[in-house]
Amino acid sequence: MAEQTASGYIQHHLQNLTYGQLPNGDWGFAHTAQEAKEMGFWAFHVDTLGWSVALGLIFVLLFRMAAKKATSGQPGALQNFVEVLIGFVDGSVKDSFHGRSPVIAPLALTIFVWVFLMNAIDLIPVDWIPQLAMVASGNEHVFFRAVSTTDPNATLGMALSVFALIIFYSIKVKGIGGFIGELTLHPFGSKNLFVQALLIPVNFLLEFVTLIAKPISLALRLFGNMYAGELVFILIAVMFGSGLLWLSALGVVLQWAWAVFHILIITLQAFIFMMLTIVYLSMAHEDNH
Amino acid sequence: MNINATLIGQSVAFFIFVLFCMKFVWPPVITALQDRQKKIADGLDAASRAARDLELAHEKVAQQLRDAKGQAAEIIEQAKKRGTQIVDEAREQARVEADRVKAQAQAEIEQELNSVKDALRAQVGSLAVSGAAKILGASIDQNAHAELVSKLAAEI
Repeated sequence: MAEQTASGYIQHHLQNLTYGQLPNGDWGFAHTAQEAKEMGFWAFHVDTLGWSVALGLIFVLLFRMAAKKATSGQPGALQNFVEVLIGFVDGSVKDSFHGRSPVIAPLALTIFVWVFLMNAIDLIPVDWIPQLAMVASGNEHVFFRAVSTTDPNATLGMALSVFALIIFYSIKVKGIGGFIGELTLHPFGSKNLFVQALLIPVNFLLEFVTLIAKPISLALRLFGNMYAGELVFILIAVMFGSGLLWLSALGVVLQWAWAVFHILIITLQAFIFMMLTIVYLSMAHEDNH
Repeated sequence: MNINATLIGQSVAFFIFVLFCMKFVWPPVITALQDRQKKIADGLDAASRAARDLELAHEKVAQQLRDAKGQAAEIIEQAKKRGTQIVDEAREQARVEADRVKAQAQAEIEQELNSVKDALRAQVGSLAVSGAAKILGASIDQNAHAELVSKLAAEI
C-alpha cells in the first residue's frame, strides 16, 4: 500500500470485488475497475453480498436463538436485548401504521437491525478488512469493500424490495383500479369528464414521480450517507500514509472523532430507513385519496 | 459503483431474511412480551385485590375481637353472679344444716337429760330412803314413806 498514491489508494478502496464474465468469456473476478465496469449487469459484488448475507445471518440466528427460548417469565440477557429492540420497533410501527399487518413489524425489525449491522462495519478501521481479504486471498491487489451499504446495489436492492411491497399492498388494499386512480386522478380533479381526461397525464406525471421518488430517495439517502462517511474515513486514513508525524497524529484524533460521530449516523440511517419503510407502507394501506 | 446483479442478490437475501424474521423471530418474542404484559397486569390486579381482602380481614378481626371482649365480659359478669349465688346458697344450706344438727343435738340432750333425771330420781328415792333408814337406824315401813320419797324425788 505504501507505494500507492493517495488517489490510487482511495480508488482502490472504492472498488468492489466483482464476479462476472471476463472479456475472454470466462467467469471470474475482475482485476481492474475497468474490467468490472465492462462486465455489465450480470456481475455480482461478492464482498457486498457476502458481508450483507453474513450479517443478516448473524441477525436472524441471534434473534432466533432468543425467540426459541422466549419466555413470558423472567427474560435472560439476550432475550432482554431482543425484546428491547422488538419493543422499540413495535412501538414505531404502532405509532405510524394503524392497520393490522403481520408483515410490517418484522420487516421493519429486519431492516433496522440488518442495516444497522451493515453500517456498523464502517466503524472498523477502513484498512483492516481489506488487508484481511488480501492475506486470505494471497492477492495484494484484491478489491474489497466491507460496508455493504456503501454499495448502491445493496441499498437499491432493499429499496426496490420495499417498493415492490408498496405496490403490492397498494393494489391489495385499493384494488388495481384504485391504485391506477390514485396515480391519475389526483391531485387535480374535475367534475367535467373532458377536463378530467386532460388532467390525467398531468396527474400521472406528478404522482408517478412521487411514487418513483420513494425507492430512489430511500436507497440514495442511505447510500449517500454511508458512502460519504466511508470516504471521510478513507481520507483520514490517507493521512496515516503521509509519513508526517503531526498529520498522522491529527489523523488519529480525527479518526476517533469521526467514528464517534458515525455511531450516531449509522443508527440514525438505519432508523430512517426503517421509519420511511413503515410510513410508505402505511400510506400504501390508507385509502384516503 | 456499477449497478449490477448484486441488486437482485441483495433483494433475494432481503426477502429471505424478512420471511425468516416474520415466521420464526417475531411471533414468539411478541407473544412472550404480550404474555408478560398480561401476567404483570394480572399480578397487579391480584395484589390490589389481596390488599383489599387484607383490609376487610383486618376489619373483621377487629369486629370479632370487640365481640369476643363483650362476650367475655358478659360471661365473667354471669360467673360472678353465679358465684355469689352459689356462695349464698351454700351459706343458707349450711345454716339450715347447722340448725337441724343443733336441734337434733338439743333434742338428744333433752332426751338424755330426761332419762338421766328419771334414773336419778329413782336412785335418789332409794338412796334417800336407805340413807334415812341408816340415819334412823330403825326399820321404816317402806310403804309408809314411799309417798314421801316419791314426793321428794319429784322435787329434785
